[in-house]
Amino acid sequence: MNAILRHLVVLPVLVPLIAGAAMFFLAEARRTARATLTLDSVLIQLSAAIVLLYLTSEAAPYIWPEGVGVYAIGGWPAPFGIVLVVDRLSAVMLTLGSIVALATLIYSVAQWDRPGQPFHSQLQFLTMGLNGAFLTGDLFNLFVFFEVLLASSYGLLLRGGSAPRVKWGLHYIAVNLTASIFFLIGVALIYGMAGTLNMADLAGRATALAPNDRALFDAGAAILGIAFLIKAASWPLNFWLPGAYSVAIAPVAASFAMMTKVGFYSVLRLSTLLQEYATLDAALFYIGLATLVSGTIGMLAAKHLARLVAYSVLVSMGILLASLGLRIEALTAPVLFYLIVSVLTTCTFFMLTGMTDRTRVSGPPSTDRETEVEAEPAYVAYGIKQPSIYESGEDVGIAIPAAMAFLGMIFVCCALLVSGLPPLPGFLAKFALLSAVLHSVAAGNAPISTWVLCGTIVLSGFASLIALSRVGMRLFWSVTARTTPRLRLLEAAPVAALVLLCLGLTVAIEPVTRYLEEAARSLHQPDTYIHSVLSQETRREQRGAPRP
Amino acid sequence: MEIVFALAIGILAGAGVWLLLRPRTFQVLIGLTLLSYGTNLFIFGMGRLALHQPPIIDSAAGPVDPQLYVDPVPQALVLTAIVIGFATTALFLVVILALRGLTGTDHVDGREPDA
Repeated sequence: MNAILRHLVVLPVLVPLIAGAAMFFLAEARRTARATLTLDSVLIQLSAAIVLLYLTSEAAPYIWPEGVGVYAIGGWPAPFGIVLVVDRLSAVMLTLGSIVALATLIYSVAQWDRPGQPFHSQLQFLTMGLNGAFLTGDLFNLFVFFEVLLASSYGLLLRGGSAPRVKWGLHYIAVNLTASIFFLIGVALIYGMAGTLNMADLAGRATALAPNDRALFDAGAAILGIAFLIKAASWPLNFWLPGAYSVAIAPVAASFAMMTKVGFYSVLRLSTLLQEYATLDAALFYIGLATLVSGTIGMLAAKHLARLVAYSVLVSMGILLASLGLRIEALTAPVLFYLIVSVLTTCTFFMLTGMTDRTRVSGPPSTDRETEVEAEPAYVAYGIKQPSIYESGEDVGIAIPAAMAFLGMIFVCCALLVSGLPPLPGFLAKFALLSAVLHSVAAGNAPISTWVLCGTIVLSGFASLIALSRVGMRLFWSVTARTTPRLRLLEAAPVAALVLLCLGLTVAIEPVTRYLEEAARSLHQPDTYIHSVLSQETRREQRGAPRP
Repeated sequence: MEIVFALAIGILAGAGVWLLLRPRTFQVLIGLTLLSYGTNLFIFGMGRLALHQPPIIDSAAGPVDPQLYVDPVPQALVLTAIVIGFATTALFLVVILALRGLTGTDHVDGREPDA
């Protein structure tokens, strides 16, 4: 049994790969079969992630007693072979990613997955890239999984194909290709100096470098950091995000909720493993603060709901990066909790924008050129006629009653989550963050930056409340030229489920926080991680030894 | 050899950056391509430059002396980077053509700057 469970680590990468590839052999018309296949794949990933969550916890010490599971893919031991590593942080991120994938998948089946293009395959490869990035134990595979998830995100973003989408897609692709080049340069420099790409091995070798090599190694790490910060949408490398996210169709934007968090995850993982980022912390703090402020200003300026949500992503990234930059160990668990809440919120909110867009009688206001989302048929450029996604000719599933009331309720919940008001966990997350910061102040080490962060978080919460109330009033209370949309159960259910999940987080805050504190503790004791990865060889020999 | 190699990387990367910042989509594409060429050479160079040293160990020729072989890992990395770069560049080309078809201009913003 234990031997089988050990192989669980590879499932989150393997299952979406197989499902996504198998999709190409299913005819376009067999929508039910395709949807079932993806649904099965995502459900398997979710269950695997939950089991991993359990196995890495302290409740199940019999497989990985230290909470770090190592899987040597080719059977070669760690510094030479390629390994997947699951620890508590990875398990949390995997679960979160699977929940987002499941919600967006169900949502998209209602109508968004219809015309052309292999939507389901792209979604599968996106989750494969995400899962792989969370699991991989070496830098080059991190690059490969980044490319996998980016390549599918390019396709997903262009879905629907109108001019603004292609324009922003072009910017998005150009920025990310440049980021990939930075990534490669950083990886090459690190390999050239340290002679390894395995993250655990790097941690040991980095400290033993000669001063000359060390300087180049640091340069490589910094270049790698730039690549991560571009993905994490930190100021001033984030001007691609609001445009790209607000023109993407709703389920795509919702599934991108995890994408910026991958960049943050990579920064967190490497900065805890390689302690030498300590000098860059101040920079990280100010970058995060600038992201937070620019995101808040963007929220106040946004006229269109999707754009406002895109800017709220920036706000959450700003809070995450700035808190990481403070380098207070007690802050890591609240940061992770805030990350979970913000991913769920972003996902819900983007799905909501897909439904509120339909309350308009005559499409979006065409005065606002940047946010223009046309309902034009896709790929006019190639002269191919395709049915518009927005045409809801035939009904799929059951329409739900009291649509406007439902939308209003969800909007209020999302607004509470974004601005951090009780009783939803947005409040608890921000409260935990602030209280951890204030505790460190009480403990005596209080640089001025802690107060700046506290003030900015509170102010940005207030500003986002103003921005959201304004957009909400225009959306729901101005009765002119609005129509009540028909909402399908398949669309409404995942949105409602995510909000309920958030409510559940409020109720179950204690076990969740305890788990995240465990995750944070093991992050700040990287020796366990390093030891588990590098001692793979001896353990393999023990298992392979002939029985007496 | 080192100076030629370094100059090649520098010229490729410099030209790439300059083209990347140009307003026409095709220039951006060529810029990205040149940049990735420079990067690939750079990764290759990180395995240290050496002449007449194969990366693949020939164990049939008797006992192996690692001094006679070059580090194979950067070459494997370059191969992967080339494949990925080629695929994403092809995708970028398609998007450029789509933008050209939808907007009728090859400016990266989809419209000509107001003169």
